Amino acid sequence: SGLQIFADRTEEFRKVNILMKVPALKDGSFTLAESIAILLYLARKFKTPDHWYPSDLQKRARVDEYLSWQHVNIRGKGSKLFLTKVLLPLLTGQPLPPEKLESVTEELNIVLNQFEEKFLQDKPFIAGSEVSLADLVALVELMQPVGAGYDLFEERPKLAEWRRQVEEAVGKQLFQEAHEGILNAKSLTADKIAPELLEHFKHQLLKQAS
Amino acid sequence: MFVSTGFSVASLFVVTVYIWLQMTKIFFHLTSPAKYSTAILLYLSRKYNTPDHWYPSDIQKRAQVDEYLSWHHANIRANAPKTMWIKVLIPLFTGQPLPSEKLQEVMDGLSTSLKQFEERFLQDKAFIIGSEISLADLVAIVELMQPVGVGCDIFEDRPRLMEWRRRVEDAVGKELFFQAHEMILSIKELSNIQIDPRLKEQLAPVLLKMLK
Repeated sequence: SGLQIFADRTEEFRKVNILMKVPALKDGSFTLAESIAILLYLARKFKTPDHWYPSDLQKRARVDEYLSWQHVNIRGKGSKLFLTKVLLPLLTGQPLPPEKLESVTEELNIVLNQFEEKFLQDKPFIAGSEVSLADLVALVELMQPVGAGYDLFEERPKLAEWRRQVEEAVGKQLFQEAHEGILNAKSLTADKIAPELLEHFKHQLLKQAS
Repeated sequence: MFVSTGFSVASLFVVTVYIWLQMTKIFFHLTSPAKYSTAILLYLSRKYNTPDHWYPSDIQKRAQVDEYLSWHHANIRANAPKTMWIKVLIPLFTGQPLPSEKLQEVMDGLSTSLKQFEERFLQDKAFIIGSEISLADLVAIVELMQPVGVGCDIFEDRPRLMEWRRRVEDAVGKELFFQAHEMILSIKELSNIQIDPRLKEQLAPVLLKMLK
């Protein structure tokens, strides 16, 4: 059926995606960027089990609610911490000023509190009793700061329990495989990163670091 | 070439509620559950069975709406509202004059987003997903009216964007469009409001932090 998913920035990928963002999907002549749009498209196309994106309007709204909030919050602050902690020193060749790390960590903690209090509450998963795309997206984004060496689950037992349940629902082995890259991010050196990617991150960091 | 759609009662309801949500968002930004307004919009569209074009059943067209809605948050939505904060709301609450480099920074960011909007999402089409208006256009236009409301006319030097705006106004209905945006378009009058000094004191540091 010609369904392709691009997860890295090769030349071919660039033709598919003007926005230069991973991941991207190509289904015949149809191209799509934005991970959430891709996940939803795949869920619909392959008619995945209902719980991933529930047909019940209110449960679905909970998923949508999380997916829309997370962009500038979990995703935004999580990736900011990752970029600041791992990439900034690589790009500048200087050690990271401790106040800088402290302040991005604090920003992340604020959104983690909101995540626990507003989205998770006392439920096992974001939409209720079953895992959904919201939990998947959340956990994937939370692995970024973990990959940067910030174990945010350490002092958050509710979050740790939620993570355990999502991993179980997705399947432990698949989860580890999927996160191999990010969990080895700490050992990343500048020469392992493609130059245009490095440029792109530099640009993003300058935007975010102000 | 685009298809002009009849405006059902359900559509009218959803559009009005959404625009109202965006307006209240400005004032409740600090406690902000209204950030989930796209979720609310989707919920309402489904509950009231609005015409298909708002969130098409065709999975590829629907994916295009999702793609826009997803990109929107970290791009248009990250910059457009800041113009309002910088030009009106922050000076109102902090008593501090407008920081001009901050506005330039925001306008530059907005320019970049608008360029991507035109090149990736709009291209040569009438609306974001093609010949019919959808939730994507609605979400975009409501945010883009905010800089207009404070005198930063982003449509001025962008004819393609201006044409798209005209089509959206026509599809939504000019009267409804301007009614809904009345508050935004008269936001500059807020500058004349007297604010309780205690409230100013409380909110000033929070507002200044938001600018970062």
